[in-house]
Parts: sequence; structure tokens; C-alpha cells
Amino acid sequence: MIMNRKVEKGFEVLIRTCGYFTSLVVVLIILFLFKEGISFIGDSPIEEGYALYLSDENPVGTLSEDQIKDLFDGKYKLWSELGGKSDSIRIFSLDDLTEIFSEEETGKDLEHLDRCTRKLTDSIPGALVFVLEAALSDPSGLKKLNAKPITLSSFLTGQQWFPTAKPVGVYGSLPLFLGTLLVSIMAILMALPFGLAGAIYLAEIADKRIRNILKPLIELLSGIPSVVYGFFGLVVIVPWIQEGLGLAVGETALAGSIVLAIMALPTIITVSEDAIRTIPSDVRQASLALGASQWQTIVRVLLPYASSGISAAIILGIGRAMGETMAVLMVTGNAAVMPHGLTHPIRTIPATIAAELGEASFGGLHFKALFALGCILFLITFVTNYLVDSFSAGKKSK
Amino acid sequence: MVKNYLCPKSEAPLVAIKTNIQHIDSQEFTKPQPPFLLRHLFPKLKILKEMKTILKLLVFSLTLISCGGSKSSQSTSMTIKGSDTVLPLAQKTAESFMGQHKETAITVVGGGSGTGITALMDGNTDIAMSSRDLKAEEKIKLKEKGLDIEVLTIGIDALAVVVNPENKVQKLTREQLEGIFTGSINNWSEVGGESMEIVVYSRENSSGTYEFFKEHVMDKKNYSSKVLNMPATGAIVQSVSQTKGAIGYIGMAYVTPEVRTLDVSYDSGANFYAPSFENAMNKTYPISRPLYYIFDNSKKDNLKPYLDFCLSSEGQALVKEIGFLPVQ
Repeated sequence: MIMNRKVEKGFEVLIRTCGYFTSLVVVLIILFLFKEGISFIGDSPIEEGYALYLSDENPVGTLSEDQIKDLFDGKYKLWSELGGKSDSIRIFSLDDLTEIFSEEETGKDLEHLDRCTRKLTDSIPGALVFVLEAALSDPSGLKKLNAKPITLSSFLTGQQWFPTAKPVGVYGSLPLFLGTLLVSIMAILMALPFGLAGAIYLAEIADKRIRNILKPLIELLSGIPSVVYGFFGLVVIVPWIQEGLGLAVGETALAGSIVLAIMALPTIITVSEDAIRTIPSDVRQASLALGASQWQTIVRVLLPYASSGISAAIILGIGRAMGETMAVLMVTGNAAVMPHGLTHPIRTIPATIAAELGEASFGGLHFKALFALGCILFLITFVTNYLVDSFSAGKKSK
Repeated sequence: MVKNYLCPKSEAPLVAIKTNIQHIDSQEFTKPQPPFLLRHLFPKLKILKEMKTILKLLVFSLTLISCGGSKSSQSTSMTIKGSDTVLPLAQKTAESFMGQHKETAITVVGGGSGTGITALMDGNTDIAMSSRDLKAEEKIKLKEKGLDIEVLTIGIDALAVVVNPENKVQKLTREQLEGIFTGSINNWSEVGGESMEIVVYSRENSSGTYEFFKEHVMDKKNYSSKVLNMPATGAIVQSVSQTKGAIGYIGMAYVTPEVRTLDVSYDSGANFYAPSFENAMNKTYPISRPLYYIFDNSKKDNLKPYLDFCLSSEGQALVKEIGFLPVQ
């Protein structure tokens, strides 16, 4: 007896600690996400450890990230276009330095790069030398080109996403944010009517035998790995959209939405079907006894009764659609342009994180930018959950 | 909130649990009962028997794990990580090497050349596969970490520029390719084809192929933001084969009849060369690159048997079999 009580007490303590521990871990993960993400704001967009050196006579001192990128893409020819003198722009990278100067001049282990850099900036007034800061043993006396630090508004409203552009990444998350929203909202709009209809059919209309076959089948669908859905989308849905709509490209937001809708369906169907089926049969019988038809019972009584369960289904469905990575990565084309509509390629936040994390060096600027994207994704899901939740709560209290 | 999701407004299961508890409580004086939680986990089974089977299973699985552990402790293991281009080759050589040397376990992981080199810096891999040269900054960073690295060429790959078989265009110059991938040329009619929008497919930016193409074909300019980024070479082949106006670049080993290769000129249109095995071997085809294994020299003794195997005639035959060009 006493032993049993003690064991019971032990279990209670164990479960309680597990609960605290799990919640703590979740909170810590979120904190970590935001810590990494927020430290991104205010950083210089020039890749960490790199520096841009100018000739001493060049009056240009600070440029924005877009300007530096265009400069390196050859869109400017003269410094006067950027507020400097009318010298033509000549860019030298670290690899150029090792080609221009002999091994004697650079040193065997590249230890004299600072001397080479100074030679260039002294002899060519329009020179711009782009090197790893650590490669120069004595950088004093060289004029540095600075970049404006990244601000929250430039990150949120910037329309270009070029994280690997050298030497400055351009981090504008707006196309990714809108792409994610577009694809998930369209997916949920497609999946919701079909999902609800399927749930009502399974719960209320279908024969018990048919339900026993269909329900496990639908649950099986949610177990299929997302890369399989992605492959299916790429091979079947993409050409279908391309030919059906006569488009130049099949990898579009529409393809992504359709694949996501298919993936969200099983979740929506099973969860809302459970919600409808757990309604006490008294409710159903009372409605029918009052003379309501089956249709009226379903629409007026059962659906409002199960609304919190159905909203949970919507949340889970949206969550699945927002966070889905691999399938979207394969069918949406991943072009980081502002979405013009459903028939154009887009790039989503999860796809960006998945595709780029491999190249981003740990703790670097690109790495932090991906975490900041993760923060945005977290906030989107959080807000949608909150909205759907408060919406269904408000409906209930009416 | 959460508990409401699944069974809205139903107090029923809770009530059931309560009555259940009362029911058991009244029995408690008559015979000893197993603890509360176990009773609920296995209500209808004899607890002791259940525990015994669980214990047996546990012991069994533990012995299994320990067996596995003791086995691997006798063998040498190594990791190869990096370029997706080199991946199939590394897998093939690793497989046949492991077939001959049962005591060695080799893990081969893809992810892109940059991923592999970063892993080598962090000590997470023994060999980094790379489909491009080390950048000057990577050399400096590796030196900062105190690694004495050695670069070994294990094969040569030629990049083929591919289009849809229905496309009439047969050849392009480097300048035209640069224009297409940077976004200044948007229609096939500008490069001698029919009037049709150009759909550009590229790899994701973690790929060595992406970097190589940018450096050697696009004169280090950035890709246009309209370019579609595909997660794998296979996906590019698939997309180009089903999109009429498509253009993309893939390793020569991946060329299939579903896509058509273009002849490329690096001297402004004077000479065009097809990405054939012969042209790549005699170096007239311009877009070719060496494939590297990069590793820390201080660990070379451990890796030597495998590296020797890669350069042996048997290993080089595998290089040819995959579709790359052998080094010798």
C-alpha cells in the first residue's frame, strides 16, 4: 500500500518535471530563434570579415546595400553616378590580386596583400578593392567604403533577396513573405471546402463500412513524406498547369497551392471529422426530433457545435501549409520576385531557409538573416492561430 | 485551449476516468494493486507478465545495440561531405571500396561544395567534396583554423547547357549565356530562336555548380532574380524536359534524351564546341571543371587507402562509368 502511494507520488513528480522541462525547452527554442534573428538587424550588410577599400582621393564614403550590389553587377560605370569624381569604377577581388601580382609581391602565404592593396588604391583613382579583412596584416591608412546598416524596415519592405551576392548580400524579405502568404492562403481556401465536405460525409452521411475503409486511407495520406508530394507535383501537376493554362512556366504559386491543399486535406478531414463525431448524439437527436432535416441539422446544429474542433483543423491545416518546405521547394520555382499572381513563380520562407542554410556559414550574416526569416514565419503562424482561435471563440459566445 | 480541440464540450471521458478510479479504490483493500499509472496504461493485462516482456525486449535491444557498438569500434570510419555533383561518384567508389575493405565504414553526405568545405573547417567531415576551386577567403579561413589542407583531383566534369528538345536554338556564345542568366536577354528571338519567353533554371546557391557557372560563364555577375532555383540537378532535367522555353545547366553525367545540349563558344562565336566526351577530354569544350577531394594532411594516413583506390585504374573506371572524365 505505502509502496504504491510512493510510486504514485514518484510518477506525479516525474510527469510534472517532464511538463516543466518540455515547456522550458519550447520557450528556450523560441528565445534562441529571436535572439539570432534580432541580432541581424543593425548589422552591416558587408559579409563578415570582409572590407572594401577605396583610393584616398575618392569622396564616396557610405553606400546602401542595393547600390553596392549594382556597383558589383556593373550597372554603374563612373564614380560620379554615386556622388564621387568622374573616375571610372574598377573592381578588384582577392582572386584578382593574386592574379595581378606575382607570388613574390603577395608573399608565399599571401602575407603582403596589404602592400598590394595600397599599390592599387594609390595608382588607380577609381579602384575598389574587395578583400577579406584578415588577409591584410596592416590595414591602417586604407580608406574603407562603408555600407549602411540593415534596418528593420529595409529587411521587411526590401523587394530583393540576394543573400549570396558578393560582397554585400541584399536582404529584402517582402517577396518571400508575400509568397508564403499567397501560397498558404490559396492552399487553405482550396482545401477547406473539400476538407469540410469530406469530414461531414465521413461523419454523418457515409455508410459505416465505407467509412471504415475511407478513414484509414485518408489517414494514410498524411503519412506520405512531403518530398513524394513534391515529386508528384513536379511530374504531374506542374506540366498539367503549364499545358492547361498555356503558360511558359509550370512551376508557379498555383502548383504550390494545389500540392499544399492536397497535403493539408487529410489533417483537416480527420480532425474535423473527429470533432463532428464526438458531438453527443442527444444534440443530433434533439434537432431531428424538432423536425429539422438532415441538411439543416448538419449546417445549423452540428457545424456550430463542432466549430472549435473545426477551427483547430484549420489551424493545423494552415500550419502544415505555412511550414511545408520540400514540396513547395520542388514545385514553386523559387524565384525570389514579388508575386504578380498565381501563375508566376514565387519563393516561400521555409523553402528559402531549407535551400540556403547549407551554404550559410554558422553565425554569419546570411545565417542570422535566415533566423530572422524564421522569426517572421513564427509570427505569421502565431497571428493566424490567434485570429482563428479568437474568431471561433467569439462565434461561440454569441 | 488545446484539450478543447479534439473533444469539444465533452466531459464524458473525464467522468469515465473518475468513476473508474472510484471503482478501483473500493477494490484496493481486497488485493494488492499495481501502481496507478501502470494500471491505466495496461488496464486489462496482467501487469507482471507485461513488465517481464518489456524487460526481455529491453535486454534484447540493449544486447543488440552493444553488439553493434562493439563491431564498429574495431573498424575505421570516415565521412565524406559536400558537392552534390561529386556525390554519385563518391557513393560508388565508397561502396566498392567498402566491398573490398570490410573493416571500413564510409558515410557520404551531399549538401553542396560550400557545405562540405565549411564542415571541413569545423572538423565535421574527413573529406570535403568540391566541384569548384577553393576561394581565396576559404584558403585563408582554413589556414586560420590551423589546417594543412591538400586538394586532390579525382575526376573532371563538363557542364552542359541544356534546352528543351523542341527548341530550335543549337548554339550560344558565352556573352549570350551571360545575358540570359543575368536577365538582360528575355526572349529566344534575341538569340536566333522563335519568339518565346526564356525560362531560366538554376541550382540553389549552396551548390558548387551555381558558383562555378557564375564565375566561369557569367563573369561573376549575379543571377537575375527571375531565375528559377531548383533543389537538385534531377529537378532541372525534369523541368527543362517539360518546359518549352527552358534553359538550364547540368553536369554532363546527367544529360538524358529528354533534354538537348547546346554548343558553346568562348571566342565570341568563332568556334562552337559540343559538350561531348572527346571535346571535354581534349579541352576544347570550355565549360569543364575538376572535381576535388579536399582533406586535412595530418589525417592522410587514415584516408590514404581510400584515396589511392579513387586514383587507381579501378576507381577511375568508376569515374568514367558515372559520366565524368578520368584524371589520367
